[in-house]
Amino acid sequence: MKTRDIIRYSFISIERARSRTALMLLAVAIAVTSVILLIGLGEAARRYVTREFASLGTNLVFVLPGKSETTGGAMSASFGGTTRPITIADAQALTRHPSVSRVAPMVIGAASVNRAGLERESVVQGTTAEMLPLREWQMYKGSFLPTGNWQHASPVCVIGRKIESELFGPESSVGQFLRIGESRFRVIGVLDHAPSTFGMTVDESIIVPVASAMRLFNTDSIFRIMIESNHPDSIPAISTFVTNTLKARHHGEDDATVITQDAVHETFNTIFNALTLTVAGIAAISLAVAGVLIMNVMLVSVSQRTGEVGLLKALGASPAQIVWLFLTESAMLSLFGALIGVGVGLTACWLVSTYYPILDMFPPVWAVGAGVLVAFITGLVFGILPARQAAALDPIASLAKH
Amino acid sequence: MLIKLDRIQRIFQVGSEQVHALQDINLTIEKGEYLSLMGPSGSGKSTLLNLLGLLDRPTSGSYLFDVRDTTTLDDSEQAHIRNSRIGFVFQFFHLIQRLTAFENVELPLMLRGVPASKRRQQVHAALDGMGLTNRFDHRPDQLSGGQRQRVAIARATVTAPDLILADEPTGNLDRKSGNEMIEILEQLNSEGMTLIVVTHDAAIGKRAKRQLKMVDGRIVEDIRTQATT
Ligand SMILES: Nc1ncnc2c1ncn2[C@@H]1O[C@H](COP(=O)(O)OP(=O)(O)O)[C@@H](O)[C@H]1O
Ligand SMILES: [Mg+2]
Repeated sequence: MKTRDIIRYSFISIERARSRTALMLLAVAIAVTSVILLIGLGEAARRYVTREFASLGTNLVFVLPGKSETTGGAMSASFGGTTRPITIADAQALTRHPSVSRVAPMVIGAASVNRAGLERESVVQGTTAEMLPLREWQMYKGSFLPTGNWQHASPVCVIGRKIESELFGPESSVGQFLRIGESRFRVIGVLDHAPSTFGMTVDESIIVPVASAMRLFNTDSIFRIMIESNHPDSIPAISTFVTNTLKARHHGEDDATVITQDAVHETFNTIFNALTLTVAGIAAISLAVAGVLIMNVMLVSVSQRTGEVGLLKALGASPAQIVWLFLTESAMLSLFGALIGVGVGLTACWLVSTYYPILDMFPPVWAVGAGVLVAFITGLVFGILPARQAAALDPIASLAKH
Repeated sequence: MLIKLDRIQRIFQVGSEQVHALQDINLTIEKGEYLSLMGPSGSGKSTLLNLLGLLDRPTSGSYLFDVRDTTTLDDSEQAHIRNSRIGFVFQFFHLIQRLTAFENVELPLMLRGVPASKRRQQVHAALDGMGLTNRFDHRPDQLSGGQRQRVAIARATVTAPDLILADEPTGNLDRKSGNEMIEILEQLNSEGMTLIVVTHDAAIGKRAKRQLKMVDGRIVEDIRTQATT
């Protein structure tokens, strides 16, 4: 029997048994749609995080006070309490490595900021002049923090554009004073808009010298240090250098956490891989359910078409041909169902991405291909039992059943 | 010699009982013969016909089809002989309802792997020969009983088989259509196909040149007459 004829014969029986076909197409289409939506969602989340990391700048090493027990828990150090302070002098010591191009210490806190009776809460970041090139920020006007002695707590600040418009209105802010907590600061510059990273908005930030921030928040420790390397390959060397330097300065105690961007990124990647696998597992279950449905519908179909099978045998169909006819039918149903599912799934992804651009929900090509392939294989596998049952029918008994 | 049955037994096991549907059948049929098979209900006519058509296997004995011992053939080899050498005409037509007349007749050629263009000619010829030229695209439920039976005959003969087996082909037709049917089958026989017809109708049975009578799984009469058509 020619392959074309097998397909044509199966197609006719699919086409002329509408409600059965519709039911099976629906089951497979729903399964494949959910595969595409779930994987698309996972990918959207992964891309979101990747984008956030990319906007942080590359070639970075972070240093946090306190030691986390395992590398996997690196993130927890930033939430845990400070054990031993990292001082400005510690941060300065970290500049002494040939591959380190910039070091920017950071202290972060929230404070109330007021000027001429206008008041608001704002995030205040203490840092150094290095932060500007390191984050690739641009000045809107004025200048950024002065270079020079990090220990010097000069009363100057740089503000975001939203802070400026809220506190100064149409007036120019540069050269004017504002109050952070109890202290007076002179505005020396305004930062231009920049994409926010992890919820930190430049437009609503106030930047002061690191020593000023430590005084303001009454802390003896730097919150974190960002170190930029002049080459990605030097990152491991810098990590080691940082660990050793801090250990030497802290009387031999290894009490700071060094995080490379790669490691954090990798942690997120691991999380997202696990997420994708889980999601794929859930999707696989829905495909298996669709497969069981295909099997049952095909079994019913075989028993309804007993007479037809008997006839085909009388006309000289071999058992193998009968198997192929029924297998082709279930495989075609699952393939068509899968294609419908891909259409619906991609359309839904497109709609979501259009209306919520932050969720660019396009599943990778492999996921779409795998979804279709798995659906097709499911149809084949679950079609085997009904097909073999049909092939095993006794032709005389089948013909007698009318 | 087309068929040679030698000491054929067919025993069905029904629960603890054995039903001897065929007992010690010895039968030789030459190419081009026309046989009728008569006998009371349950005498084994259908069982014999199914066996001749390779839809069933004997419990013991040997069956030579065109000098090949069929009992040694596997299922797909038997299927191949059914497809190329044997045509069945059933009492209940057994047309596939969702297929058109053309598609039903096409089936045996399709199973054999004949290319579509060649199939087309053969199916046309077979349906034209049955006077169904205008019924190609009709489904079985759009045809009369006589027309359905003619589609079934077209399907049985489209492969130009050596042997046509008809189990009560007129059983579901009125007298007029029934006679028409027998005439068509006899026409095919006169063209050289071996024809075996199982029937309850003595008038139809008498038309055959060789008349077999079965009782209790045995052939009890084997009469050769001159044709009286
Ligand atoms: N599949 C079967 N299982 C059990 N008994 C059967 C089977 N087929 C036929 N028989 C028995 O074999 C005998 C012959 O049946 P059959 O050939 O159909 O008779 P006929 O066609 O002459 O009416 C009957 O007694 C019938 O009950
Ligand atoms: Mg019978």
